[in-house]
Amino acid sequence: MFEYYLNLFITAVFVENIALAYFLGMCTFLAISKNVKAAGGLGMAVIAVLTITVPINNFIYMNFLKPGALAWMGIPNSDLEFVGLITYIGIIAAVIQILEMLLDKYVPALYNALGSFLPLITVNCAILGASLFMVERSYTFTESIVYGFGAGAGWALAILALAGVRERLKYADIPEGLQGLGITFITVGLMCFAFMSFGGIIL
Amino acid sequence: MSKAREVLLNPIFNDNPIALQILGICSALAVTTNLYPTLLMCLALTSVLCLSNLFVSIIRNHIPTNVRMIVQITLIASLVVLVDEVLKAYDYETSKTIGVFVALIVTNCIVMGRAEAYAMQNGPWLSFLDGLGNGLGYSLILIIVATIRELFGSGTLFGYEILILTQNGGWYLGNNYMVLSSSSFILIGLFIWLLRSWKVEQIEEPEFQVARNNLETKEAGTRV
Repeated sequence: MFEYYLNLFITAVFVENIALAYFLGMCTFLAISKNVKAAGGLGMAVIAVLTITVPINNFIYMNFLKPGALAWMGIPNSDLEFVGLITYIGIIAAVIQILEMLLDKYVPALYNALGSFLPLITVNCAILGASLFMVERSYTFTESIVYGFGAGAGWALAILALAGVRERLKYADIPEGLQGLGITFITVGLMCFAFMSFGGIIL
Repeated sequence: MSKAREVLLNPIFNDNPIALQILGICSALAVTTNLYPTLLMCLALTSVLCLSNLFVSIIRNHIPTNVRMIVQITLIASLVVLVDEVLKAYDYETSKTIGVFVALIVTNCIVMGRAEAYAMQNGPWLSFLDGLGNGLGYSLILIIVATIRELFGSGTLFGYEILILTQNGGWYLGNNYMVLSSSSFILIGLFIWLLRSWKVEQIEEPEFQVARNNLETKEAGTRV
C-alpha cells in the first residue's frame, strides 16, 4: 500500500511534472524565476496550497458534485458537475485567503516569506489544473492528498531548477532580442525536453 | 490614431500579452499541435476576455475593493462555464481534447490581468475593445505557432495533407519534435526574438554587461 502511494508521488513529481509535462502555472513560472530565493518561496507556497486544496476539492466532488453523490440527501439523480469549476476556484480563493490570515496571525515569519506570493497563486493554473486532473482521474481522498503534495513538489522542483539556470544566464552574452523573456522560453523548452526522458517510466 | 483604434491594435504587436506581458502562456503551449483546436481555443479565450472586460467595467463602480478579486473570478468562471457548455454542444470531440484548457481560462492570467489592469479603470466600450485586442494578440501567436507545428510536425493544415508524409508514399519525413509540446517554447522564444528585432524598444536591459575581453583595453590600462 505504501509502495502504491510512493509510486503515485514519484509519478506526480517527475513523470507527470505539472510544470514541465503539462505546462501549467507557466506565467508565474516564467515571471518569478529570476532568482532562487523568490522561486523557493513561491515553490513552498504552491506546495502548501496544493496539499490543502486538492483534498478539499476531492471531498466536495465526491460528496456533493459527482453524479449521484447527493444520494445521502435523498436526491439520487443529481448531477452537479457543471458547477465544478466555480466551486473549485471558489474553494481555492477562500483557502488562500484563510491561509494568508492564519499565517499573518500565528506564523508571521513564514507570512513575510510567502506573503506576497499567496495572492498570486489564486490565478496560478497549476492549482486549478491539479484539482481538475484529480477529478478526471477519479482519485480517492488519500490518493488526492499524495497527488496534491506530489504535484506541488514537482512544480517547486521545476521552478527552482529554472531559477538556478537563469541566475547563471545573467552573466551570459545573449543576442539583444533574446535577452530576458526570449532566452527563458528556449531554456524552458530544453528543460521540458529533458524531463520527457521520464516519460516512458511506468511505476 | 484615435483612442479606440489604439486600444484595439496596441496589444497585437506593441504590447503583446504573450510576448511582452507574460500572460496566458499555459494554454498557448498545450493546444497548438493542430490548427483547428487552436482556432477554437482562440475563439473561446477572446470571447471570454471581451465579455469579462465588458461586465467588469460595467459593474466596476459597485465592487468593493477588498473583495474585487473574488467578484472578478466568479464572473470569469461563469463566462467560462458558458463557453465550455457551448463548445461541448457544438463540437464534442474537440472539446474532449482541449476541455481542460478551456476550463483553465478561469485562471488564465490574461483575463484576470486585463480585468484588473484595464477594465477596472475604463468605460465599457474601451474595455471591450481592449479585450478584443488582447484576444487578437494572443490568437496571433497561437496561430503562428500552431501553423508551424502542424505543417512541419505532421505535414497537414486543418487536417488536409500539404506535405505528403513518407508513410503515405510521399517525400516528407515528419519532424517529430514539432509534435511535442516543448517545441512551442522554442517557437515562441524565436518569435519573441523576431518581434524584438523589429520593435527594438521591447528589448530588456541586461543585468550585467559582459566586459569586452581583448588586448587593447588591457594595453590601454597599462599605458596609463
